[in-house]
Amino acid sequence: MQLFSFNDTTDMNRLNQLFASKNKNLLSIYYTAGYPRLDTTLDIAEALEKAGADFLEIGFPYSDPVADGPTIQHSSQTALDNGMTLNLLFQQLKELRNRVSIPVLLMGYINPIVQYGVERFCKDASAAGVDGVIVPDLPMYEYEMIYRKHFEDNNLSNIFLVTPQTSEERIRKIDGFSNSFIYLLSSSSITGGSLQLSDSIEAYYQRIKDMHLNNPAIIGFGISDNRSFSKACEYANGAIVGSAFVKLLAEENYMEKIPEFIKAIKDSL
Amino acid sequence: MKYGVNEQGYYGDFGGAYIPEMLYPNVEELRREYVKILDDPDFKQEFDQLMKDYVGRPSPLYHAKRYSEKYGANIFFKREDLNHTGSHKINNAIGQILLAKRLGKKRIIAETGAGQHGVATATVCALMGIECIVYMGEIDMERQAPNVARMKMLGATVIPATSGSKTLKDATNEALRDWIANPVDTHYIIGSVVGPYPYPEMVAKFQSIISAETKVQLKEHTGSELPQYVLACVGGGSNAMGMFYNFLDDEEVKLVAVEAAGKGVNSGHSAATTALGKEGVLHGSRTILMQSDDGQVVEPYSISAGLDYPGIGPQHAHLYKVNRAQYVSITDEESLNAGLLCCQLEGIIPAIETAHALAYLEKMTFKKDDNVVICISGRGDKDLSTYIKHFGY
Ligand SMILES: Cc1ncc(COP(=O)(O)O)c(C=O)c1O
Repeated sequence: MQLFSFNDTTDMNRLNQLFASKNKNLLSIYYTAGYPRLDTTLDIAEALEKAGADFLEIGFPYSDPVADGPTIQHSSQTALDNGMTLNLLFQQLKELRNRVSIPVLLMGYINPIVQYGVERFCKDASAAGVDGVIVPDLPMYEYEMIYRKHFEDNNLSNIFLVTPQTSEERIRKIDGFSNSFIYLLSSSSITGGSLQLSDSIEAYYQRIKDMHLNNPAIIGFGISDNRSFSKACEYANGAIVGSAFVKLLAEENYMEKIPEFIKAIKDSL
Repeated sequence: MKYGVNEQGYYGDFGGAYIPEMLYPNVEELRREYVKILDDPDFKQEFDQLMKDYVGRPSPLYHAKRYSEKYGANIFFKREDLNHTGSHKINNAIGQILLAKRLGKKRIIAETGAGQHGVATATVCALMGIECIVYMGEIDMERQAPNVARMKMLGATVIPATSGSKTLKDATNEALRDWIANPVDTHYIIGSVVGPYPYPEMVAKFQSIISAETKVQLKEHTGSELPQYVLACVGGGSNAMGMFYNFLDDEEVKLVAVEAAGKGVNSGHSAATTALGKEGVLHGSRTILMQSDDGQVVEPYSISAGLDYPGIGPQHAHLYKVNRAQYVSITDEESLNAGLLCCQLEGIIPAIETAHALAYLEKMTFKKDDNVVICISGRGDKDLSTYIKHFGY
């Protein structure tokens, strides 16, 4: 069941436009705003677009990121220590659309959004040119009851996660609620693991593929290199690299290494 | 029940299940199954039997004569300290291990602050022959060292939580991360009335045995099952919720919940959640928590590891907001003094958590015929080194 649709092209945000023009081998990169330095948020975004990333997920840090492994826990804590807040992030993002044209999502936990004000968050994100939001600990029920209106009023996509344990019935429901893409977890895990390929995982990808969902599917968690990216692209429309990129940001001269990093992942795709 | 949970898992504005999708199947399975299992006669029989023969229930309701003289009222101690493993935490651990068995789980995880819940969980896992992993903040492992050794003797693996404040909040984060990575065979035995629905409700039900027994026992002592006051300390709030549960609808009974003020409510080193907190989301439920304006969780502080938590259970947040219970706080210093007083007047060494509830008696005024019940949530063996250091014995 399609609960709402974007058949009017004026409603299409950048994400929908991207998926309309390209539907395979899409590469998205996640990194944390305010890491490694407070003012690196937009420099990194610009470098990633130039290097060939198709869209971006900018994380806003939280003190207790339960779905994240050590790498993103560390980047979040450093960003907080550097002074990153949602207020400051939206200040920085005022320049976003002067420097970056690919779709951008914000990713973070619900409590900072609740404190900022859900409606205000959606307005400010939309005004900054953000296209979608991923909030891992925002459940579907609360989204439906409280949040959906604000997201839709501001033309923001809300991205839901699907795991190998998600039932078919629930995947259908998620597909109905989604209006840009579905985030397929490579396994039930926190971020920063490595892609575990097994018959059961491939069967899970195949099962999703065979469901012919309305929304494109992008695979995330554990995608770190060309091998895992290629594998993910066999089953889904693209994949997301997070912890592996955040690790690069801890290296010296990371800005210069970004083009090479993206090229290596996309190699021959 | 007027103050109970609704079908969506909310107590007024608080509760719900704010969990990542990875945890949805586990939490949904619990939500679907737990009421059925708890109502099953076979479950009830096994639970009651273990409560009697293994835990040693009912725990006594003791008329504390010297306390009564000192404070000018009839003071009763509900002796959860006399339970097997030394605190109320075993009530919930027994309930949840029986549930986990019926759900076919092969592996148990838990978080612990003071180590009492970890010990209770390690104990029931030994009893049932199930693997047990306990997450504990690195700082808590130091200050509650005897309990770490106890858990190991009982066969549990204790894993230090090294992130954040290295206390209960961080141990809970690590347990949630473990559960995300082990979604099929693992049950997470949460130790307090916190977490996503149905945990707060389920844990409250297991702990409600405290107030159910109290009503019967108080009637024997005084002729009435209703006291004027009920007091308990609040970390996440499980002993308090167990102590309040069967009195919630008896509006004439005044409920007093005692939080840890640490070095003082406004000292910057405190865990007085209702005094310092705002509404938000922590560990899967909408509740009141200590946080910055930007929504980052603030590191709490209390000398008592079991109360050193930046939130409270969602039902407590509701009782606070609608004024059904009074939420107050007691400092480190006040609690230690109250703990020593209890040793010397009644011959009972209380846990430092419990000593917070006892300390609040100093601030109350009673009528001579008032009946007052305090939950003695645990014994102080685990805290001896803290008491000894403070008083120089
Ligand atoms: C003896 C004792 N009392 C109280 C608590 C606090 O927990 P709760 O508020 O869930 O009862 C603890 C926690 O470790 C404890 O060990």
